[in-house]
Amino acid sequence: MKDFNYHSAKDSKEASKLASSSSAFLAGGMTTIPSMKLGLATYKDLIDIKNIKKLSGIKVSGKSVTIGAATKHVEVSNSKDVKKAIPSLSSLAEGIGDPQVRNRGTIGGSIANNDPSADYPSACIALNATIHTNERKIEAVKFFKGMFETALKKGELIEAIEFQIPEKSSYQKHPNPASRYAIVGVYVAKHKGDVNVAVTGAKSCVYNDKEMSKALSGNFSSSSIDGMDLDSSEMNTDMHASAEFRASLVVTQAKKAVDAC
Amino acid sequence: MASLVGSRVERKEDKRFLTGKGRYTADINLANQTYAIFVRSPHARASIKKLNIDKALKSSGVVSILTGKEIADDKIGGLIAGWAIRSEDGTEMKCPGNPPLAKDNVNFVGDPVAVVIAESLAEAKEAAEKVEVDYKVLKAVTSTADAMNGDTIHEGIDKNLCFDWLLGDRQKVKEAFDKADKVISIDIINNRLIPNAMEPRACVADYNAASEEITLYTTSQNPHLSRLIMSAFGNVAPEHKLRVVAPDVGGGFGSKINVYNEDIVCSWAAKKINRAIKWVAERSESFLTDIHGRDHVTHAELAVTKDGKFLGFKNETIANLGAYARVFGTVTPTYLFGPCATGVYEIPAAYTNVKAVYTNTAPVDAYRGAGRPEATYTIERLVEKASMELGIDKTELRIKNFPTAFPFKQTLVHTVDSGDYVAGMEKAKQMADYKGFEARRKESEAKGKLRGIGVTSYFEACGIAPSAAVMSLGCGVGLWESAEVRFNPTGQVTVYTGSHSHGQSHQTTFAQIAADELGVPIENIDIVHGDTDKGTFGMGTYGSRSLAVGGIAIVNACKKIVEKGKRVTAKMLEANPEDVEFKDGEFIVSKSNKKKTIGEVAFACYLPGVRDEMKSPLPEGDEPGLKETSFYDPSNFSFPAGTHIAEVEIDPETGHVKLEKYTACDDFGRIINPMVVEGQVHGGLAQGIGQALYENAEYDETGQLMTGSYMDYTMPRADNFPEFNIGYTCTHATTNPLGVKGCGEAGAIAAPPTVMNAVIDALGGQEVTMPATAEKVWKACKNLKKSNAKAA
Ligand SMILES: Cc1cc2nc3c(=O)[nH]c(=O)nc-3n(C[C@H](O)[C@H](O)[C@H](O)COP(=O)(O)OP(=O)(O)OC[C@H]3O[C@@H](n4cnc5c(N)ncnc54)[C@H](O)[C@@H]3O)c2cc1C
Repeated sequence: MKDFNYHSAKDSKEASKLASSSSAFLAGGMTTIPSMKLGLATYKDLIDIKNIKKLSGIKVSGKSVTIGAATKHVEVSNSKDVKKAIPSLSSLAEGIGDPQVRNRGTIGGSIANNDPSADYPSACIALNATIHTNERKIEAVKFFKGMFETALKKGELIEAIEFQIPEKSSYQKHPNPASRYAIVGVYVAKHKGDVNVAVTGAKSCVYNDKEMSKALSGNFSSSSIDGMDLDSSEMNTDMHASAEFRASLVVTQAKKAVDAC
Repeated sequence: MASLVGSRVERKEDKRFLTGKGRYTADINLANQTYAIFVRSPHARASIKKLNIDKALKSSGVVSILTGKEIADDKIGGLIAGWAIRSEDGTEMKCPGNPPLAKDNVNFVGDPVAVVIAESLAEAKEAAEKVEVDYKVLKAVTSTADAMNGDTIHEGIDKNLCFDWLLGDRQKVKEAFDKADKVISIDIINNRLIPNAMEPRACVADYNAASEEITLYTTSQNPHLSRLIMSAFGNVAPEHKLRVVAPDVGGGFGSKINVYNEDIVCSWAAKKINRAIKWVAERSESFLTDIHGRDHVTHAELAVTKDGKFLGFKNETIANLGAYARVFGTVTPTYLFGPCATGVYEIPAAYTNVKAVYTNTAPVDAYRGAGRPEATYTIERLVEKASMELGIDKTELRIKNFPTAFPFKQTLVHTVDSGDYVAGMEKAKQMADYKGFEARRKESEAKGKLRGIGVTSYFEACGIAPSAAVMSLGCGVGLWESAEVRFNPTGQVTVYTGSHSHGQSHQTTFAQIAADELGVPIENIDIVHGDTDKGTFGMGTYGSRSLAVGGIAIVNACKKIVEKGKRVTAKMLEANPEDVEFKDGEFIVSKSNKKKTIGEVAFACYLPGVRDEMKSPLPEGDEPGLKETSFYDPSNFSFPAGTHIAEVEIDPETGHVKLEKYTACDDFGRIINPMVVEGQVHGGLAQGIGQALYENAEYDETGQLMTGSYMDYTMPRADNFPEFNIGYTCTHATTNPLGVKGCGEAGAIAAPPTVMNAVIDALGGQEVTMPATAEKVWKACKNLKKSNAKAA
């Protein structure tokens, strides 16, 4: 690992002021530190945001759950409020990586990183989340741009993620047996008007499967998507799963999610 | 005094490990030490056109950079294969040179070409990036099955073939097959595994210019053997000027038997720069450069009668050696494999043919079970298939072919001294509720799931091994073991063993044995191992040999102590040595109340004279002191055996295999400490089940390791396993005084076929390769659905 400067920011303003083209925010460090150790990334400055009070904590209102960006996975999975308002979000957090990762990794870091097989992005899409940054509010569907790519500008800091509380929801992950990231993860959420079927792991970026959403909005039953033959041409193929297998898993996990709702 | 052998004595080593007081190689820091980083080949096969260290030398903190040229100039020897195997046509095996630092050619990703030594680790890393190597990249050979058709990797080694070995009689087998009602055949792959010891390899080398002695602290399973190899073949230093210390070692599984490049290079370089050098592998280096295990491609056939009697067995295997042949690399796929491939059965005619090939991958060597898991996988998958094709219950078919009497002269090599395979099978069936399986299968079906049951009956040959036998088979050393038992004048005991513990609990089990033999409280017994300056010679720990060989050496040395004690007691109490009996730590003159404790006798041995109260003249011919040594050479291998039964449930929609039940009923002979044995069985099972369902080392066609980190190489975790159901039948070995057989490898040997037989049973007999990952199983489920639909 190359030498770098460590800064601990006391508020969002200081954090974004310190940011440059060769800096990174340090939240849980679960992605940043290993990539630096392996020489895949080098930064001149690391700006620690864990000490910014405003970025941590969970608030539940009638319609939404708002989670501070620096809130750790373990805090989300243990939160009674989250369990009550959106149980599937709490169980998603419980299924991330391993205890060590959950004790450090943060929700803000996860979505800023936008790993194509990360879990939280699917929650953001399914639960019509709004990403609050120090500059603006961004709708989830406009936030996730592509593989490891988001709408964030240089130095823009996520402060909180606001999830809409659905009528029913469930997240079903088929984990990579080694890393336990999602080979395919499907987050189904039934809102008043319609149903979202957010899929992670299958393609280069999280997406809402329109076909299944439509079918389930008409009839919220797993039978309405059973046997659906998804187009696998844009799906990932790697040593753990072919595109064809992923396409099948998307339907299977979606059915499981509907049944679990 | 109650016997300690057989009881769950708490591990003496746990306090140290659980409180962070273990002392591993990476914990050792010497004054003024430097740090080494190895520059490794990023290519699987290339020739080195130019190597330029000028820039790197100018990097801050660099002390020295050494390359293949210097090591060749200093005539430091390369890494070696420890067993010479002959081909069927009588020719010697062909082994390439394997210099510790490659000079002209590199042959796998990770092959080291230079070492950078600097004042700090960060500086060494930085400088290593500045070493410029100009490679001419050549086409790599990576596939086991196709290696013989690939480009020649090592000059002069045709078809990349190290040897083409035969064990058995082809003609007899042909005759047997001619008589068969049916021939069952199978094509299987034994997947390549990466050992993944929790502690990565490391070494710290130190040189004392005054005594001209090199001290090497290293993560080794066998420090004396390492010293011998480094001295005799590596030319690093004469044995008396080379001290090898293997302190606490965090797991080996065979991967720490070998002397590695880094051991030789750091020892040699420490002398050259006259400073201590420390090297600790990063996990990614462990993945690339630790020896790998298994990697066989096999076609096997079993000739049977229609009522299920086995007549003949053929085994044609290609074994991947990786880039170079290492210490146990050539014996693992031959004498540790072939003889066990006929399993626990009476098969009158059999042969095993192994073609061992070189590829541009990490060297393959002994990994937990070494050869026997591959053998057991072959025969047990074949027998299970036979049961399906013959329509005979899988347990009955096995029982039908078990030997009925012991000693059992096995078809190929071994004479198995003891066992009761039927008893093991019956007990396993009961433990697993074999009878109730069909009901459980129906329950699973009702949930839309597929359920399967798999059985394995195995035996293995461990406790390696009689020196005369192994030397006649090509081994470069004898496989005896030594022990020294030393009494202090005040009665405590130090036992030096040539075995090495890297998780096996020797400090406890060996102390239990010595405590029973000597009648000394276990608290007063210390077990010392892992330092060539402390113990006499030792062959180390692998092949489940520590107890069956090393443990017996301790027993024998203790017996010599008792013999001397009897003579000393007789002299002190004016009796005949023949009239002195030893029991529970006391020497008693029979038919009298006269006795001496072993503590008094020890004291007497150190004060051989008469003064006031102290009357301890030594008998004539006995020297002062109380210390005895044994070099024990076993008369045979030992033969653990057993039956394992697994049950899996498969979700046909996702292909997910859930291991629902696992039963292991093993015969390890006498059990010294049941808790320790359970630990060994659990660990072995975890690795065996890991091979069946999770683990796989995968190279792409250019020779890059695709599974080079835990993001892609699936190490099983605790939640992958059910509660293991463990039981024993204990028929004592007749070939050693403790009646022990060895338990370290059994789980890893029996579990892969047991689990795979269950998976394949659930899939209606469809073949899937290990590891049975979700996608493979999902595809098989789809086929099954199709063929069921057709049938209906
Ligand atoms: C072994 C392992 C297993 C894992 N398994 C899973 C899994 O199963 N599922 C899963 O979803 N994830 C998994 N992860 C990822 C993990 O959960 C973390 O969420 C992720 O690594 C990033 O979060 P972090 O807080 O550690 O971010 P960091 O590593 O600190 O930062 C990552 C990136 O995000 C940026 N960033 C961080 N916070 C903010 C912010 N508030 N605003 C703007 N940018 C920000 C940083 O600049 C940096 O570029 C795993 C990670 C590991 C190491």
